[in-house]
Amino acid sequence: MDLLIFEHPILIVQALMDGVLLGILFALIAYGMALQWGVMNIINIAQGELVIMGGYVAYFLYMYGIHPAYGVIVSPIVMYFVGIGIYKLVINKVVDKDLFTSILATFGISILMMQLMNFVFGADVVVAQSNFGTTMLFDNSVTLPNSKIFASAVSVLAAIVLVLYMKKSKLGRAIRATAQNARAAKILGVDTEKVYASTFGINAALCGVAGALIAITFTLHPYVGLPYTVRSFMIVIVAGLGNLPGVALSGMGLGVFEEFADYLLGTEFRIAAVFLLLVLILVYRRFKLARSREYLK
Amino acid sequence: MKKLLNRLVAIFSIFSLLLGFSSAQARVDGDVITLGAAVSLTGKYSTNGEHTKNGYNLAVKRINDMGGVKVGGKSYKFAVKYYDDESNSKRAAQLAERLIKQDGVKYMLGPYSSGLTKAMAPVTEENKIPMVEANGASRSLFTKGYKYLFAVLSPANQYLEVAIDLAVEKNGGKPVKIAMAFEQDAFSQDVRLGILEAAKRTKSKIVIDDKLPKELNDMAATLAKVKAVKPDVLVVSGHSKGALTAIRQISEMKVDVKMLAMTHCDASKLAKQHGKKAEYALCASQWHKSLSYKDNYFGSGLKYDKDFTAAYKYAPPYQAAESSAALLVYKDAFERANSFDTKKVRDALAKTDMQTFYGNVKFGSGGQNTAKPMVLFQVRCTGDKCENKVVAPTKWASAKLVHPIPSWSKR
Repeated sequence: MDLLIFEHPILIVQALMDGVLLGILFALIAYGMALQWGVMNIINIAQGELVIMGGYVAYFLYMYGIHPAYGVIVSPIVMYFVGIGIYKLVINKVVDKDLFTSILATFGISILMMQLMNFVFGADVVVAQSNFGTTMLFDNSVTLPNSKIFASAVSVLAAIVLVLYMKKSKLGRAIRATAQNARAAKILGVDTEKVYASTFGINAALCGVAGALIAITFTLHPYVGLPYTVRSFMIVIVAGLGNLPGVALSGMGLGVFEEFADYLLGTEFRIAAVFLLLVLILVYRRFKLARSREYLK
Repeated sequence: MKKLLNRLVAIFSIFSLLLGFSSAQARVDGDVITLGAAVSLTGKYSTNGEHTKNGYNLAVKRINDMGGVKVGGKSYKFAVKYYDDESNSKRAAQLAERLIKQDGVKYMLGPYSSGLTKAMAPVTEENKIPMVEANGASRSLFTKGYKYLFAVLSPANQYLEVAIDLAVEKNGGKPVKIAMAFEQDAFSQDVRLGILEAAKRTKSKIVIDDKLPKELNDMAATLAKVKAVKPDVLVVSGHSKGALTAIRQISEMKVDVKMLAMTHCDASKLAKQHGKKAEYALCASQWHKSLSYKDNYFGSGLKYDKDFTAAYKYAPPYQAAESSAALLVYKDAFERANSFDTKKVRDALAKTDMQTFYGNVKFGSGGQNTAKPMVLFQVRCTGDKCENKVVAPTKWASAKLVHPIPSWSKR
């Protein structure tokens, strides 16, 4: 029963397409995480909640009769300021502390955000209808929801804009300098406090874009953030920090791997397979580093 | 400043001690019978927790207004002591402990969800405190040999069995091909067991058996398989998120299947959120307002619907109706026991055999309600307005089942 994919080879095409489209969206969230992890050395457990909150911004528009796709523009703006707010309230106090402190702090933020969203929007599962229609391929045997195609296109666009911004703008250069060596950047006149705040804000804005896309492709409720945190964490672990092509590739790779694990091993092993892969990659990297007498940070 | 703070803390502690002391008097005090309940007012079950609480409150008010509970020739009133279990099973177990040991509650009402009921049942059982619950349907609750647990609702394995029988009937009595997609949680896996039994009974074949993760928000892979295999019936259970995800992706991926049966359509407001996309979905429900059960307190389902809507400004989902029914069962048991002795009340509960607006109630040896069948309704739309119409069992059907579901190219 599990090997349906061989009886119906068209499923391979479907799995590949679904995996790539899903992976691109996850890569966007992971890129935000990699950015602020690299710059501030903070593992943000509340990443998924930022995404879901971004989704609720799009849903809020939808409730007032505005097409939720506009959330892609509104949500990052709102979430940027939410990010700055969170930074000013909590993150700036843990930014130079050890990793454990930041994990605890962001874990606290994630619980707070879940309850806050529950309080404002209720615990119900909600969907925002985009009515984008469906693209049919291969005589209708492969179907791609246009909302997913839209989500991937917007994700790619957001990534390109961000890369250009990081390369060309003054703030982008300051962020990159701070990521390389915060102390040296400070000595050379970079306002690292401002850089940190902006980085966290940019991460939240990226989550906002992703959230709006999730609102039109999947479902939303206040407690569904964790899978997004875990997946982006994994993508970053696999790709390494500050490596955008790596993040994009590992995102898509993971998406495709997940889809195939579903078909080959069964749906119940889908997530287990992803975690197994993570362990294998970490072990592999450990051995590779041991050979060159380095260690895994 | 510090001194002031210390004083405030001291005053606050004394107050809380006093409060604790006064509530330790609760149970049957004067003419009030206090029932204890931990329901989810915050956390992921807060919406359904609210329905549960509103259901309890409406019935308490109705029973009290209509003369209360008569025990030993005297009339008593119901009151409920609530705590918020935060949708957390550990907290629910602690609160059960607290209600019984600290607040002295002798009779309990159930929380929302199978998981939380499972957490509380060992505590009530150990203390020999009867618990009438209305929102825990998992079969495993009724196989543990609990003596003090009574559930007014039908157990989870019965939720979608009817759908398989219906599919076989529509297939001219011949076995059907079944595709299943169930979340990996206690409730949905029980629903799955029911389907397995029905498949065995009807000699039907399971062609897809996917177990979805708890954080389910994507079932594209399962639906792609369904598209390839073309089963006669697709069964989905994964709470509200399962129902909403299924309809979203079935409509987007244009999955044509002759019959689609689900749980939690009501709780997820499926017809409202998805509109015409949800049309023809079959949904399992514990209760529907159009059923013809009657009682002296709420009259009929339609009347209950009207009264509930007037009180809480929204139409009652079945979670509220079954919660109200729990109070009617308690009242009946107290009057038959004619005593406040927990053992006697428990024995009276075990002998319950009554009809409420919500359905017949008669408990099996495990405490499950054996007298009430599940109903199936189908989402039907006229224009843009979609409604749930009962289609099975045929005795209560208010509309004819549309079968097979028209293909997406014709909708």
